Formats: sequence, C-alpha cells, structure tokens
Amino acid sequence: MRSVLKEAALPVFAIAAALLLFGVFVWFAGASPMEVWLILFKGAFGDWFSWQNTLQRAAPLMLTALCVAIPARAGLVVIGGEGALVLGGLACAALPYVLPLPANALGSLALCIAGALAGALWIMLAGWLRQYRGINETISSLLLAYVAIGLFKHLVEGVLRDPASLNKPATRSLAEGLAIGGIGGSDVHWGLAIGVAACLVSGLWLRATPSGFAVRVVGGNPRAAQLVGLPASRLILAACGLGGACAGVAGAVEVAAVHTNANASLIAGYGYAGILVSFIARHNPVAVIPVAILFGGFGAAGSLLQRRVGLPDASVLVLQGMAFVLILASEGLRMVDWKALLNSRAPRVQEPALRKEPPMHDEPAAVRPLEPARPPIPHGVRVAHDVARLQEVTR
Amino acid sequence: MSQFSRRESLKSLAALASATALGGWSALAQAQKALTVGVIYVGPRDDYGYNQAHAQAATELRKLPGIKLVEEENVPETAAVQKTMTGMIAQDGATLLFPTTFGYFDPHILAVAPKNPDVRFSHCGGLWSEGKHPKNVGSFFGYIDECQYLNGVIAGHMTKSNKIAFVAAKPIPQVLRNINAFTMGARSVKPGITCSVIFTGDWSMAVKEAEATNSLADQGCDVFTMHVDGPKVVVETAAKRGKMVCGYHASQAKLAPNAYLTGAEWNWLTAYKTVIEAAQAGKPHPNFLRGGLKEGYVKMSVYGPMVSDAAKKNADDIKARMLAGTFDIFQGGLKDNRGVVVIPAGKALKQTDLELEKMNYLVEGVVGSIG
Repeated sequence: MRSVLKEAALPVFAIAAALLLFGVFVWFAGASPMEVWLILFKGAFGDWFSWQNTLQRAAPLMLTALCVAIPARAGLVVIGGEGALVLGGLACAALPYVLPLPANALGSLALCIAGALAGALWIMLAGWLRQYRGINETISSLLLAYVAIGLFKHLVEGVLRDPASLNKPATRSLAEGLAIGGIGGSDVHWGLAIGVAACLVSGLWLRATPSGFAVRVVGGNPRAAQLVGLPASRLILAACGLGGACAGVAGAVEVAAVHTNANASLIAGYGYAGILVSFIARHNPVAVIPVAILFGGFGAAGSLLQRRVGLPDASVLVLQGMAFVLILASEGLRMVDWKALLNSRAPRVQEPALRKEPPMHDEPAAVRPLEPARPPIPHGVRVAHDVARLQEVTR
Repeated sequence: MSQFSRRESLKSLAALASATALGGWSALAQAQKALTVGVIYVGPRDDYGYNQAHAQAATELRKLPGIKLVEEENVPETAAVQKTMTGMIAQDGATLLFPTTFGYFDPHILAVAPKNPDVRFSHCGGLWSEGKHPKNVGSFFGYIDECQYLNGVIAGHMTKSNKIAFVAAKPIPQVLRNINAFTMGARSVKPGITCSVIFTGDWSMAVKEAEATNSLADQGCDVFTMHVDGPKVVVETAAKRGKMVCGYHASQAKLAPNAYLTGAEWNWLTAYKTVIEAAQAGKPHPNFLRGGLKEGYVKMSVYGPMVSDAAKKNADDIKARMLAGTFDIFQGGLKDNRGVVVIPAGKALKQTDLELEKMNYLVEGVVGSIG
C-alpha cells in the first residue's frame, strides 16, 4: 500500500503543479484562474454527465495505449497504433461483406475479433521487420500507419464504398443488431469495459505468468534472454501481436459503437494519443487505466472550458503539455534518496583513524608519537601504480 | 480574444458563486430567458477557410438581442462531437445547435437528436431528407458553385497562359461541382482554356496543398482556386510564385493583396438568422434550407485592384442574371472530359435539381481524373 502511494505521489504533485502553472497562464490571458480550475474540475469529474463524458473519451485511449505499452515491455518502441486501429475498424466494417453475421452479441464479438486480427497482423509486421530484417520498429510502425491509412482510404473510397455515401465516402453501415451499445443505459459504450479488461489482463499476464515474465526478460536484455534459452523473436512477435490486437479492437469498437461504418472520421488520432498515455503510464498496463481517464478528463474539461470561458482549444493543449512534461520530469526525482539529501548535502570529511601500536619494552609508550593511519589509496591511483610496477618488472 | 477580460471573468465568477449558492447551474440558465445557441466547428475558428466563414457568422449572432452563444472549435467527427452536443444541451442549456461540418450529421446528430426532442439541430451540409430524419433536425447549404463560376469568369479574363488550376480535397460531388463550375466559367470567356486539377485526398493537407500548387505553377497555370478546408496555403504559395488566385470559403484577400482577384464566400448569417427567428417565434424548425447568390447564402469577395474592367463587367452581368434567376450553369448537352454527354441536350438543370448533388464527372476542359 505504501509503495502504491509513493508511486502515485509524484504524478499527483506534477499535475497539481501543472494546474498551478496553467492558472498563471490563463491569468495572463485575462481569465480568472479560480473560475478556470472550477470549470476544469466540473467538466471532467464534476457530475455524472461529466464522468460519462470523460470515460467515453478514455475508452479508445486505453486500447491504443496498450499497443505501445505491451511491445514496450518486450523492448520495442512501437508508435504506429493508428495504423492498427484504422485497419481494425476497416476489418470490422468489411467482415459483413464477406460473412453473414448473426445480428446479436455474437456477431459483435466476431467484429471485434476481425479487428483484433487485422491490428495484430499489422503490428506483428513491424515486429517481424525488426527481428528478421533489422528495420527499426519505431520508424517502420510509424510509416506503416501511413500505409494503413492509404489502404483504408483506397478501399473505403473504392470497392467497399456504399454507393449512397455521396459526399462522405463510407462503407455500408453495420446491421442494427451488430452495434455495440451503452453500458447499463448510459452513454458510455462497452468499449470502456473491453479497455479496462484488456489493461488488467495484460497487466496480470506480464506480472504473473511465465510467458509474461519471459517477455519482460526479453525487454530487459534480449541477449541474456537468448542465453537462457528464451525464444526472443517469438516473444517479441507475440507482444507486438497483442498490442496490435488491442488497437485493432479499438478501431472495431469505434466502428461498431460510434460510427456504424468505416469512414475517414475514424482517423482521429487515437493511435497517437495512445503513445502519450502509455509513456505517462510508464508502459504499465494497469497504470494505463487512470492515465487514460485523466486524458479523457482533459478532453471533457477542455470542451467545457471553451464554451464557458471562450479560451481557444489550444489552451487545453497547453495544460496537457504542462502536465505531461512535469510528470515525465518528475520521474527524474524518483531515484533521489531524499533522506540523504535532507540530512546533509556536503560530503563527509574522513576523520583520521588512530591506531594504537603494541607497546615496546625498551621505550616508554607515551614517548612514541601516534602515527595517523595511512589513508587507503584510491582505486584509480592504485591501478596506475600497479601498471607502473608491471612495466618495471617486464622491462 | 476580445470576448473575455479580467473584469468579465470576475463578474461571471461572482455570478457563478451566487448561482451555486442558489442551487446550481440550472438556476443561472433559467434566470435569463435568452435563447442559447451552440456552434460547433471541426477546425480552428481562424483557419481563413470553412470554419472561419462559420465563425464570422456566429460573431454576428452575438450582436443580436436575446441570444447567448456558446462555441467549441476543433471538435473531431467522433464520439467527441456527440459529447459536445449533449454538453451544450445539459451544461449550457442550449436549445438550438449549429453543428457546422458535413461529418457531424450521420451518425452523430442522428444519435443525439432523438434523445433531445426539444432541442433544434441545424446542420450545415444539406443532408436532411423528409420522412427519413427527425423533425427537430434540419440542414442548410449554399450553392457556392455560382460563385465558383464567377471566379472562373474572372480567371478566364485574367489568365495569360490559358491554363488555370484547381487544388481539390476529394473527388466527391460537392467538390466536383465547384471544379466544373469554375472551368465552365473560364471557358465561357475563352473556350480554349483548360483547368488542371489535383486532388490532395483530404480536407486539410497543408504540405500536399503546397506541393500541388507548386507543381501546377510549374506546369504553367497562372490562376488558382481551391476547395480545401483552409485555402491559406494555396493562396500564399500561389502568390509567392507570382500567380493569381480566386479565394474560397472566406476572403483571403489579406493574405495576398496583390494576387487575390476575387473569391467565393459563404454567407451563413442568412441561414443562421432564418433558423434562429423560427426558434424564437416558436415556429416549426426549418428543415431544408438552400440558397445561392439570390437568396444571400453565398457572396463574392471584393475584386482585387488588378482585375480588368472588362472582366468585372462580364462577371457582374452574369451575376445580375444569377440574381434574377435566369442563369443556369449546367446546361443540356454538357460533355465530360472523356467526351461522354452527361446532361442530355435540351435539359438545363436548375440549381435546386438534386441530380446535381450526385455529380460524378469532370466536364470538358478539366485536366484530371476522378479515380
């Protein structure tokens, strides 16, 4: 419990500092900081309406953050979740074209699986390129996202296009029964539950299972992992596949719960926002949940802030920027040994240790001066000394 | 940002405190009986383009009595816009919403509107149809191809190379209609003119728009126009290359005073006012609003100083006929750029003809293809 508190304390301080700074910022812009803080809180967490707003915005971010977090535990920096999301959405919208689906929850499940498969294959491609072709996965996954978007547009504006979608090319809409609805009559759709479950399960997997541990070993040191006989490439591909599957499901949920078809509005940057969420959560799948909610809260609060104070949309980006820079910077404080720092910052002077020699019989001990002990020779000097002696001997 | 100052903020803070003391925000909303109008933009309000055209009209609304305006910009066409709409209704007490971009309609407005039958939704984009969509939803749009035709007339007079250019976002009916009108306007002056078109693939692609402009300039085109969300890049790039431009959405004259000939502008205030007056009077919600120059839904930018008198006269003559309702852009016997007749001879299409809203061709004289 104590350690959890300790873990949470720094980010909380960082967010508080960011809010304080943001207050100064809006004060300079001519708004009242008190009012802005009130609105921020009210907009994000003030009442049930705001909570729904926040949670709904958080739902896709959890899944796209996992697309960064899981590969990161295997030592990869994958930033192309957007591509997996877009293709996941496309696969979800395209599945009814090729397969008659039952118009019920089973059908929705099939849509999510289609999305997961598409996303998994896409990010695994980036992992494969790294393991077998030596291509940096950060670059390849990012560029593959652009390829995915191109592919998406080509198909949505081409063979998959619903002829009735004149000015906004889209695929045919999903049947009514396939749509993913709200949880218990609220506006928050089941994507949130899927996101939370995915975060918890992947967190548990990494922490408590042998294969999850193996992935972390690979992430820690791939060579050591291979030395102990772990199949590093396969584990990396598995991590990429799981991450990609999460982003793919995010796309499928967006289509099935929000858009009802695949169209260009799906490309809204959730994949990229997920990168930030994952880094703030330090690639810990469980920590992704609160961070995504915080992120959703910023979005919801920003919306109200614009309407109430008339601040431009960019001002919320300023707040987000401040919060995230401060959170990341505060990570540097985690390693500090506060106790030692507070006690004394000056290096201690080594006091000479007195050594008492055994008394000799012919001379009175009191007359003999006490000699200070010889200070130990510093390591570097000792090495130099040894080298010099070695040279002397071999000459 | 003129609408907030420290004093105003303090005032509203005091109001907020008293409202909270009185028992919450709803007390404040009900205390003033003003009509709360929400306007939602897909991009920034100062984009020198589509969103700015709406923001300008919204700013005019502030001056009307009995109107309280709430605005939100950069709202993506995702669940976010549904939340913004419900937020404006629940948190701000809005009873009339202007979600201003095409993509907000289906599925977002259609998801929120049935749950809020007392709120009026007035969507910009012209998608509402009788019997299919709820009565508290409506849409309005303008026939801006009339202005693009006049842009074309001016371009036809001013071009020296007889090559003009169009930077377009996507090959969808609205955009194709503008490209065709611009080309036909120019060719009504000199039949030999060709209009080269490049599609960038999306509404806001600054780099591709600049590349397209440069490449068209390299091909010898000397008058540019565009249909993208923010024409700023095309206008500035063309001006930098020493070419002329006709604007779109809003006036970009400030960006290139020496290159800006004229432009096709929206005049959304007409539609806004119609909808607001109906709401204030308690009349049925105007579901289907369309109009061109004659109805005051669109307007032309002021001519630049370099536009010749002959060009002005020709354009003004055609404009007068448009205002009188005696001019049809899309005449029978129209051929596409592959030689196929797309409108049968002897059948002129009126602006209101829904046939035009399914346009899927580029007319003769356009250099380019849809896909």
